[in-house]
Amino acid sequence: MRVVVDYDLCESNAVCMQVAPEVFEVRDDDFLYVLDETPPEELRAKVEEAVVRCPKQAIRLED
Amino acid sequence: MTELRHVVVVGASLAGLHAARALRRHGYDGTLTIVGDEPHLPYDRPPLSKQVLAGVWEPERTALLSERDDALDLTWTLGRAATALEPRDRTVTLDDGTELAYDGLVIATGATPRRLPGTEGLAGVHVLRSLDDAVALRADLDAAPARLVVVGAGFIGAEVAATARGRGLAVTLVEPLPVPLGRVLGGEVAETVAAVHRDHGVDLRLGVGVEAIEGGGRVERVRLADGTTIDCDVVVVGIGVTPNTGWLETSGLPLADGVMADATCRVVPGIVAAGDVARWPHPIYGEDLRVEHWDHAIAQGGHAAETLLAGEGAQPFAPVPWFWSDQYDRKIMLAGRPAAAEEVRVVEGSLAERRFVALYRRGDQVVAALGMNRPAPLARWRMRLAEGVSWAEATAPADS
Repeated sequence: MRVVVDYDLCESNAVCMQVAPEVFEVRDDDFLYVLDETPPEELRAKVEEAVVRCPKQAIRLED
Repeated sequence: MTELRHVVVVGASLAGLHAARALRRHGYDGTLTIVGDEPHLPYDRPPLSKQVLAGVWEPERTALLSERDDALDLTWTLGRAATALEPRDRTVTLDDGTELAYDGLVIATGATPRRLPGTEGLAGVHVLRSLDDAVALRADLDAAPARLVVVGAGFIGAEVAATARGRGLAVTLVEPLPVPLGRVLGGEVAETVAAVHRDHGVDLRLGVGVEAIEGGGRVERVRLADGTTIDCDVVVVGIGVTPNTGWLETSGLPLADGVMADATCRVVPGIVAAGDVARWPHPIYGEDLRVEHWDHAIAQGGHAAETLLAGEGAQPFAPVPWFWSDQYDRKIMLAGRPAAAEEVRVVEGSLAERRFVALYRRGDQVVAALGMNRPAPLARWRMRLAEGVSWAEATAPADS
């Protein structure tokens, strides 16, 4: 599983960070940082939830 | 994992789509029919008042379905409104007389914007809820009107005003309360939002109601309760919504400004509700809520689907409500329940720099957090609110 963020779409709403803080972090500079671009399989459900909950649909998963 | 074979989702909405996705994700493999009263497949509403209205996005870009949804094997019945529900026979009647049988039903019919009486048939008077609403309003803004009047400074009204200013249009925003968004945000924070709009050239008329919208065939002016008039060629009315429960009037289901569900989002066995139309007793806040936020529609759609499949093992739905609103270059985010807060305190940044976090206190608890251009702290506050956080702990010096 590979996490891909479209930074042209991302507006730093930080919903992904609420759902999967192990993978996503919006820092005080208001930019999103992907902490782990290839998260372990046990985080799949959380990361998929983050994909769904992104208001800008800016995250996708490549298997 | 389930006995259900024929699930019907009424509402081709964000909540309805996410209910359908969740049903499949949890292994439901029977038929899945989605009924929508609009001709469109589900689309995303937040861009309607922003990118679509600004002319930056074409309306098609709001489509919510992706290629992955092809595998959901959904049956769409679009352009057909549900007109009645008979829970004993387990049938939904559509406006062409068709009866749909179900063994599981998701009610996700959303809400309809309120209109001002006497404006029917007056051209140039708009509401903004649907894709068609947005396209019609955009066409009127494309015609370079001399002035737009927005009635109601709630979130829709405030966003429309901001987008129209971004297009260079003259905008008057009329609100009967003394501040915009006052019911939600409270005094000083709402004053800050008002100042943002003033600085962007919006003519704010606060604390005054609308007496009439006048014109012959097409709107010509708005008459306020204080007797003043504002000449205009376009009006947007954003004064709240009414949940779409008309089709349930004869169903015997409990209706109270929405369809009343239990803590798990179940209305009666075999029927669940989600999104703007659903009212349910929030297990933590201890009050019946009906929440109109985007993120809520996704979460409750998914939860309602799980409840439908779980039967007796269903879990209570206890989210921290959350939404955002983009106005000019400011992003407002609110998490929690600010209603009836007794104190509001800025704990980070300042109102003057328009980049801050404010906390809302009720009793000895933090009940809500609001951020302006502070998305990361707001995300952390929402997580803390989910666990419960005392006012003393929240407002203690950070270096303790």
